[in-house]
Amino acid sequence: MSDIVANERRRQALYGWIMLSPAAILLTTFAFYPSLATFWTSLFSRETRRRPSEFKGIGNYTDLFADPTFLKVVTNNLIYAFSTIPISIIIALAMALWANSKIPARGFIRTAYFTPTVLPMIAAANLWLFFYTPGFGVLDQIGGFFGIPSINWLGQPQTALWSVIIVTIWKEAGFFMIFYLAALQTIPEDLKEAADIEGCSRWTYTRRVIIPLLMPTTLFIMVNALINSVKLIDHLFILTKGGPNDASKLVLYYIWEMAFAFFDAPHAAALTILVLAVLGVVAGIKFTILDKRTHYQ
Amino acid sequence: MKLFSKNIEAIGAIILAIVWVSPLLFAFWAAFHSTSDAVNFNISSPWTLSNFQTAWVGAPWLQYFSNTFLLVTVILIGQFFVTTLAGFAFAQIQFPGRDFVFILVLMQLFILPEVLIVENYVMVSRLGLFDTILGVGMPYMASAFGIFLMRQAFKGIPKELHEAARVEGCTWLGILWRVYVPLARPTYIAYALVSVSTHWNNFLWPLIVTNSPETRPLTVGLSIFGAPENGVDISVISAATMMSVAPLLIAFLVFQKQFVQAFLRTGIK
Repeated sequence: MSDIVANERRRQALYGWIMLSPAAILLTTFAFYPSLATFWTSLFSRETRRRPSEFKGIGNYTDLFADPTFLKVVTNNLIYAFSTIPISIIIALAMALWANSKIPARGFIRTAYFTPTVLPMIAAANLWLFFYTPGFGVLDQIGGFFGIPSINWLGQPQTALWSVIIVTIWKEAGFFMIFYLAALQTIPEDLKEAADIEGCSRWTYTRRVIIPLLMPTTLFIMVNALINSVKLIDHLFILTKGGPNDASKLVLYYIWEMAFAFFDAPHAAALTILVLAVLGVVAGIKFTILDKRTHYQ
Repeated sequence: MKLFSKNIEAIGAIILAIVWVSPLLFAFWAAFHSTSDAVNFNISSPWTLSNFQTAWVGAPWLQYFSNTFLLVTVILIGQFFVTTLAGFAFAQIQFPGRDFVFILVLMQLFILPEVLIVENYVMVSRLGLFDTILGVGMPYMASAFGIFLMRQAFKGIPKELHEAARVEGCTWLGILWRVYVPLARPTYIAYALVSVSTHWNNFLWPLIVTNSPETRPLTVGLSIFGAPENGVDISVISAATMMSVAPLLIAFLVFQKQFVQAFLRTGIK
């Protein structure tokens, strides 16, 4: 009898591993091995025609911290993250509250908010180019109407990064709205009734009841927005190419540039490892603190 | 007072909605007008299709469309295959090491394929897949997110059905194919919509691993076509942009409910 059980167990294990193998092979090939290879590459100097690559230890990392462009890019990305995250969350919340309330043209409003989500970032950048172009762009035309001189939004360091940030917010707010909408639908009606009986204003009800109840959703969106602030860089290729003077250059764009424009794989690898480390910390926070109440079973 | 604040909110909501679609509307309008009419906002100016003609002959769009179509199909088939098997193994099969491997898979949620571009490029070249559609699609097939999604879907299926199929003499694969896959259909549809719209729009990785019009997807083609070096004017860029977003945009407008449901289903769990 126990033989049969043991046999069955062995068979299950075999089936389990066979079924996992395609995923395991692909994940190893395109995630785990490349991560280790990146780390390995980051420890060596760049191979040139005259000199073979040699072990450098943490040399590439110290080079990065001495590189003014690196510091500029990291600062930019921090500004990018800490502006796109809160602003798009606030807009998404307002959108969800509106799209969920009884107002006219609700169907149109929902569609309008969500539409940017289905557009490619490259297409979004092309649309916004029409707004930002100096002289005949939409923003300049509106400005000109009020007598404001032409502004080269993408071409001057003070405004380039912010122009990029606005496109990102435009792209992701409608996406985050969906999560809020879903969460709003799970809030029971009787809370609203109770608040009405207590004579709460709509504003108090929103602030004291709705927003606290949406907290788990907000945390979920925050993690997503944080990942987006690393990932969403496609529009840079169209709008600014990181310029002028690196004013709008972000980390992932810099990695691409180092690796595929300057052919400096070791430094690109070192920067990649730093990004992975930051993402790892975010993952750690998410899985230990934020998911305490979520059950993966 | 209440009526007043309600109206203010409605107006705010509508203004935001108009602001939100305005880039799309302007581009739509520009695409159908001559450049000078478009930039001068000449409302009464005549509509024209010449921008589309100029854009259409300026690049092999049909090729780009079919590349993108092929790419999202290849990725979707690969993802369905890989995530179904892995999701089932994680959900319903007991074996040693399962939980440890699952944690590894969860880790991949944060090792973004976008960040590993350098080594993945080396890997794809080593496999001889540089400048092939398979090379563009392969890194996305074992999506940790998809495995997680399928695992959740399969866990929600009643154990009794599984037992019943087994009593009837079904094999493991038979049970998976006849019981689990059909019952998880809503999850498959949701995952398909999210996957297709993600990869239809993907840019950075295809930019790196494609090098010829025969493999280049729409997004990369569009970026090359609109590059300032090419000196294409804004109306023609708008026409090209409209053209390349049209299929997905129309699909979205028609199946809006399903789209939103799909994003919800895949995001919340």
